[in-house]
Amino acid sequence: MTRHRGRGIASINYPIGMNLGGDPSQALVHSNPSGKFTVALSSIDLGQGMKSVTRQICAETLGVPVEDVYVDTADSDTGPHCMGSFASRGTHRVGNAVMAAAHEARGVMMEAAAEELEVNAADLDTDGQGNIHVKGAPHRSISTKDVAIAAQFKQGKTISGRGIFLVPLSNVDPETGEMSPATCYAHACLVAEVEVDDETGEVAMVRMDSAYELGRALNPRLVEQQLVGGAWMGVSHALYETPEPYYPAPVHGPRDFVEYLMPGPGDICPHDIAVLERPAPDGPFGAKGPGEMCANPVLPAVANAIFNAVGVRIDDLPITPEKVLRAIKAQGGARPQARR
Amino acid sequence: MAKIPLQFRHNGRDVAIFVDGGTNLLVALRELIGDMTPKFGCGQGGCGTCSVLIDGELHLSCLTLAEIVSGRSVETLDGMKQGPNLHPLQRAFADNFAAQCGYCTPGMLMAAKALLDRNPWPSRAEVVEAISGNICRCTGYEPIINAILAASGGRASG
Repeated sequence: MTRHRGRGIASINYPIGMNLGGDPSQALVHSNPSGKFTVALSSIDLGQGMKSVTRQICAETLGVPVEDVYVDTADSDTGPHCMGSFASRGTHRVGNAVMAAAHEARGVMMEAAAEELEVNAADLDTDGQGNIHVKGAPHRSISTKDVAIAAQFKQGKTISGRGIFLVPLSNVDPETGEMSPATCYAHACLVAEVEVDDETGEVAMVRMDSAYELGRALNPRLVEQQLVGGAWMGVSHALYETPEPYYPAPVHGPRDFVEYLMPGPGDICPHDIAVLERPAPDGPFGAKGPGEMCANPVLPAVANAIFNAVGVRIDDLPITPEKVLRAIKAQGGARPQARR
Repeated sequence: MAKIPLQFRHNGRDVAIFVDGGTNLLVALRELIGDMTPKFGCGQGGCGTCSVLIDGELHLSCLTLAEIVSGRSVETLDGMKQGPNLHPLQRAFADNFAAQCGYCTPGMLMAAKALLDRNPWPSRAEVVEAISGNICRCTGYEPIINAILAASGGRASG
């Protein structure tokens, strides 16, 4: 009969990575005789862009163009060990490992270049364009390709580096229960505006506004795409998707995408995102990671918005039309709360 | 059971294969022709990632009997690239970050092509309608809608 507008807010602190055995990841970096570099990882890029970000981190640390770095996510049989792509840990954990590996490889590269240029390695610098030169004397330079060839065929050196990132395991204090589960936290606040139909119980998203503080955004476009897409996964969990054991019994579980609902392109709404960059002290170039937190604040914000719209508190996800209708009926009709 | 001979145009090239009765077009394309661009998603017509064009019209290849394309023209994502150059839609998808895991992308591109081929100046609502049979898990659709609008004639002509 009536569609009620409501607005809800949620704020979160989100730990980057986890406290399981120190949550380590490893990376290996080596040069090929062409002067290009390969990063070997077991970590998997599911599409969020970890390959792009680790490529940037490696190139920046080595001081070579990003085009000269290839990231091979290989597999867990042949790559160096990684705990996995989850817990928003990719950029932070794997990025730190890549940075350490690239740092070591850069040391060997500079030593090899120093031998060719007959100078001290400490007097050399990279130009980021694929050359190494004597500080203050750019004309005394050698290309990374020529350094790689000299290392391979003349000096007998492997321009390579190993990297691991491990946070010391934090045990729970038996007296106080105190522990430090993460070294790095990201933060977010999201405001959701919804429209609730008190006749059908349907909830439509009207708009979202969010602010994310996630360290330095190493690749702002990838951060944005993850925040936009992840928010819709949050909406999907808030309003549509039911996991096992399903409602009201496992036998009612979905068999296809007609029964297992997800938002379609017609269900989306405008989402305005502000990204605040406060570099993390222990992140690679200050990065934390958007990861899971791009979905997390949406669920409570939507639940709060529904309460604001019709006065019903639903704490069981997903918030389906049936639950909304039953709750409205139980309280004898919609009770819109004060607009905030 | 005897195999059925089947001839059709696949991305502008004549192909001839033998199919078992009841073979669907997705299986024929992937397993008999080796065109892996239409993806198997749900096999029930619910996700859209197997979408192809038959005589320019959008179809779900997993629900299409291979035999019905006899003598007709089938277009898949494999035929979208124009020589070494990406199709404007593919370029727009890349520029607008419209793919993350990429599994829905072949179907999204075919649905978008079907739309722009018949309506070069679609409104945003028409774009949403055109891809409403396709599920995307990663992007939240917004970048895909923006990419299709960016590649459309309406955008190109201001």
